[in-house]
Amino acid sequence: MIKLQDVHKYYRTGDQSLHVLKGIDLHIREGELVSIMGSSGSGKSTLLNILGVLDGYDSGSYLLAGHSVNNLKETEAARLRNKLLGFVFQSFNLLPFKNAAENVALPLYYQGVGRKERNHRAEQFLDMVGLSDRKDFMPNQLSGGQKQRVAIARALVANPKVILADEPTGQLDSQSTEDIVSLLKDIHRRGNTMIIVTHEQDIADQTERQIILKDGVATSSREFPLPQAVTN
Amino acid sequence: MLDGLQEILFTLRQNKLRTVLTAFGVFWGIFMLVLLLGAGRGMQNGIYEDFGSDVLDFIIIWTGDTSVAYRGMAPGRTIRLRLADIEAVKQQVTGIRVISAERFVESGNISYERKNSNSQILGIPDEYFRIKEDVPFNLGRKTNLLDLDESRKVVLVGSAVADRLFGKGEDPVGKYVRVKDVQMKVVGIFYDKGNRGQNSERVLMPLTTMQKIYGGGDITNNIWVRPEKGVDGFELEKKVLEVLKRRHDVAPEDIRGINSFNMAMPAKNVTGLFIGINVFIWFVGLGTLTAGIVGISNIMIITVKERTKEIGIRKALGATPFKIVSTLLLESTLVTGVAGYLGLVFGVGLLELVAFGLRSTGAKLPYFLNPSVDFQAAITAIFLLVGVGILAGLMPALRAAKITPTEAMRAE
Repeated sequence: MIKLQDVHKYYRTGDQSLHVLKGIDLHIREGELVSIMGSSGSGKSTLLNILGVLDGYDSGSYLLAGHSVNNLKETEAARLRNKLLGFVFQSFNLLPFKNAAENVALPLYYQGVGRKERNHRAEQFLDMVGLSDRKDFMPNQLSGGQKQRVAIARALVANPKVILADEPTGQLDSQSTEDIVSLLKDIHRRGNTMIIVTHEQDIADQTERQIILKDGVATSSREFPLPQAVTN
Repeated sequence: MLDGLQEILFTLRQNKLRTVLTAFGVFWGIFMLVLLLGAGRGMQNGIYEDFGSDVLDFIIIWTGDTSVAYRGMAPGRTIRLRLADIEAVKQQVTGIRVISAERFVESGNISYERKNSNSQILGIPDEYFRIKEDVPFNLGRKTNLLDLDESRKVVLVGSAVADRLFGKGEDPVGKYVRVKDVQMKVVGIFYDKGNRGQNSERVLMPLTTMQKIYGGGDITNNIWVRPEKGVDGFELEKKVLEVLKRRHDVAPEDIRGINSFNMAMPAKNVTGLFIGINVFIWFVGLGTLTAGIVGISNIMIITVKERTKEIGIRKALGATPFKIVSTLLLESTLVTGVAGYLGLVFGVGLLELVAFGLRSTGAKLPYFLNPSVDFQAAITAIFLLVGVGILAGLMPALRAAKITPTEAMRAE
């Protein structure tokens, strides 16, 4: 599903150049639940941005669901994100002036799906994350955990190939964290490929495979998935 | 499209006051432009009103006594124009659209039942109506070729004469009046505001009828000429005078013997004046409008700044740069379009109100009549608005398109 080969990324400020990713090799298969770990400054956000087609890289190659992602035009990148990727952010990133259902329907709007169909599917996915009774609520009327559920519904609504979650529980209390993690695992069990970026070991422990980033180089902790019983 | 519009209306509603204030800038720009254009048009109408009901390109030629000795003849000869002169001019001069005789006899008494009017009596050929084509014939008909062929005893009566003889509001068409003791049928009424309305004191009859009743053969008092489109009226005037002066042995420099007046002269001056005024109006109006555009542009830049994060989120979810740019452009076009359209409507409304007020009270402002905005100016303004809307949104929109989702979502 995702194949990175020898990906390098530099940040240039003036005449100084910072080598952030120093040759990342990564292979994530369809249906995997993977976590990316790393301390701050390890290049984990950079890697996530590259995986999410939000940012480019300097050398190497990136294959996403059969599409070569290399020096894409902004329009093409937007299409790929819309079709192939679902994002879950640490700070939820819901549009504050849209209600829950409208937020969920937004990716469909950019796919040109009609209003009726959009609303129908948005409600379906809100129902799936257990918020069917909150579809008319504005984001500021929802708790943190609820907001993240809305964001997860939004990430899923366009049936993406890969779900990228960036510190999805970073702003949540322990109860909500537990709920969200089990929701994510639930979604994974339905066959979705999922990548969770986190710095919390106990969340990483619940994934099938941990990728640890250190000084711009990635190492994979376990090469084969754990038995289901352990992850549960 | 509809969805896009809803998105835009939503964001506009988020900032009602700001939207209204910026829109006001464009509203005011168009409003002032329309008012100025209307006022300019009012002035133009007022001044042209002073020109009477005449077309603006006529040349009139009349004669008198010669004042310069020429070819052995002493000054003081009386020159008389004849219909043969008209034929000669027609043959020798090109570029004439209309040429017409105009003959008058001494003013005489016109009577109907017991009422009398002392009026000037003119004999006219059919071409005359093509000289006076702007004179309205309110009732009945004009004289025609049959009237001329058969020298019928029919007259056209000026509205002032008609009012005096028949009373206001009475239809005199078909009634018989005595014109200098000859019974004649009224076939039409005209209103000529030339000479401050005195031209409506006249009575017109077919030239042939006048010749039969009053004799005089093929004499004509005046010759009227109009140039063809694109022909220089001043050149034409010179050529016609040349022919006439040669035929009558009048010295080329003798302006008493044969004289002329060319309407193109004052018309040219006034037209030049109005071109100047119009240029000035557009300059001021567009200046005001530009201030409005800059306002919108400014606000859009702020809007884009404020919405950086939102734009970033939308991009992460799959909004293409085109989608972002077109949404913002549509937003600015919508604001300018609606505001400008309101400005147009209010401006035209106010002008119509003033025009209505002037008409209904009968108030006469010197050099101001019937202020209005012509269709073409309104269309120009509309196109201007759409262009302006796009222009105002373009810079901020392009800036928004450059926002990368990663840095946008980091912004708080």
